Amino acid sequence: MAMTVDTTRASTPASPISGSMVWNGLLIVALLLLPLVAPRYWIYFAGLLGINVIATQGLNIMMGYTGLLSLGHAAFVGVGAYTVALAQTYLGLPFWVTIPLAGVSAAVIGAAFGLPSLRIRGLYLVIATLAAQFILTFVFVHWQSVTNGDVGLPVRPATVFGYALNNETRIYYLILAVVVFLMIFARNVIKSRVGRAFIAIRERDLTAQVLGVEIVTYKLVAFALGSFYAGVAGGLLAYFNQFVNPEQFGLLLSVFFLSAVIVGGMGSILGAILGAAFMTLLPEVLRESSLLFGEVFQIDLGTVLTPLRETIFGLLMVSFLILEPRGLAQLWKRAKHKFSSGRSG
Amino acid sequence: MSPLQQFIEYSIVGIAAGGIYALIALGIVLIFKSSRTFNFAMGEMMMLSAYFFYAAAVTFALGPFLGMIVALVCSIAVALVIERVAIRPMLGRPFIAVVMVTFGIGSIIRGIVGMIWGPNDLQIPAILSRSPIMLGDIFVPGKTARAFAIAVVIVVGLIAYLRYSRAGVALRAAAADAVTAYSMGIDVRRIISFTWVLAAITGCISGVLMANVNTLTPHLGLVALNVLAVVILGGMNSIGGVLIAGFIIGWLEAITGLFLPTEFREITPYILALIVLLVRPTGLFGTKEIERI
Repeated sequence: MAMTVDTTRASTPASPISGSMVWNGLLIVALLLLPLVAPRYWIYFAGLLGINVIATQGLNIMMGYTGLLSLGHAAFVGVGAYTVALAQTYLGLPFWVTIPLAGVSAAVIGAAFGLPSLRIRGLYLVIATLAAQFILTFVFVHWQSVTNGDVGLPVRPATVFGYALNNETRIYYLILAVVVFLMIFARNVIKSRVGRAFIAIRERDLTAQVLGVEIVTYKLVAFALGSFYAGVAGGLLAYFNQFVNPEQFGLLLSVFFLSAVIVGGMGSILGAILGAAFMTLLPEVLRESSLLFGEVFQIDLGTVLTPLRETIFGLLMVSFLILEPRGLAQLWKRAKHKFSSGRSG
Repeated sequence: MSPLQQFIEYSIVGIAAGGIYALIALGIVLIFKSSRTFNFAMGEMMMLSAYFFYAAAVTFALGPFLGMIVALVCSIAVALVIERVAIRPMLGRPFIAVVMVTFGIGSIIRGIVGMIWGPNDLQIPAILSRSPIMLGDIFVPGKTARAFAIAVVIVVGLIAYLRYSRAGVALRAAAADAVTAYSMGIDVRRIISFTWVLAAITGCISGVLMANVNTLTPHLGLVALNVLAVVILGGMNSIGGVLIAGFIIGWLEAITGLFLPTEFREITPYILALIVLLVRPTGLFGTKEIERI
């Protein structure tokens, strides 16, 4: 029955400074220095990747840890993005208010859609979230007076002490800070009593209830927390693109987050990060290689690129679910294990 | 035209559209009954069938009749491959994992169709007459009316078949209690394959009808997402419920178009689905199998 094994219990010994902390520290230093060495195009992708990591982690909290499947994640990202655009335009709020606000509004709207079906087990939440996807997209497109319809809304760059974050490098640092904070937060939540309640609900809700876990409350907390992450990602996306329009938040983006969680490994903090990175970079690799193929064979592959991407997203989802439900995180763990045992033995 | 007459005309057109919804929903309900697998790829299977019909009837110039047979055979083959390769290994796994597999399959089919046939509208040979049908003063578009007649005949036929045949009894036994049914000598795996074949048939026919009434595009599959509301309203495990729920959803969609700006039609089924979830999650005819916690 268990879809995933609890990977939250760290295997590292409990010393004040563990090996993984050193590695994580080094990783963060490397990410801080990245803009000094990497081309701008890379920094752009690093920023986009950071945003996708946040949203994917949100879905992972709901789906991977608590077993609540959402097909409307992209719409909640959209709620966050529109919140930023509107709060900036009408209230003139700065980013350190609008981004938390984006998270809160997505959490509230997410909970409103989730509430009726969180009481019931099974498929109903899937359908409620799918309804949320379509109804919210409908609102983005048709509530002309507020959202400006298909055209969308402009967003001014975020400013820190009067210093505008108006290029990919400057916004990169803001995104990096939020990513690091939210990943540590997610890890700590999962390690706490709340996280254990999530996992208990996923594994066997009835047993969890008998053991005193308030299922409906914790499901609601997981759903709101996941939507909060989606909203924050949306808020950052609004500042990143400097515009918001409904087209960005369609069903395909929800499928994108879904496949990122599955490919990375459900129920793993590292998995969500790996999955989001893999899924963000994959379309680029596809595009580059199709350009290369096109040049070699003198054919235009531009038209099949979108359907090709869709096919590969689907193939990855299905094959990971059947062959390795614990995803890239598990492959990574196995590789690391092999490496370290090879070294010692 | 008097408002009443307009109302009646919209209602008839809506109910007629609901016939095809019922046909699609039947495919979803059958698979759900046999294996508790909710098939999110139903719309894409339906869309793929319509493209098979196009390829056979137009590209290979076999004509509509042979084209339909080729499309049916190909659709059944695809459904059996999906069931064997992707669904059977997932038996016993948590249901959300299975739902995601079907979702992934939908994505694969959409992508493949897009790569082969491209994103543009295609015209398939008309198998339905366009001549409108007049009921007194009320005008019913010919294609819609004929598609409705075909869909309803097939749905009613299938319901009757499942009610009275051995296969139907076996299906209901497997749905009620798979383990007991298995120990009584019913091959539950074959029942599951059988429901996938039936779903392929209803999907193929509804796909070709749909492509005839509208046009053939890769977006045709999205219609099946509206059908989710039909399945919810009818009750997830009620074969008979889909017919009435299909009519209700089709009618509501049409009536929404009459009283509100037409764009509201897109979300009518979803709003209705949310209301059903809130008020009566078993649907109109579903048995009390859902579990409250």
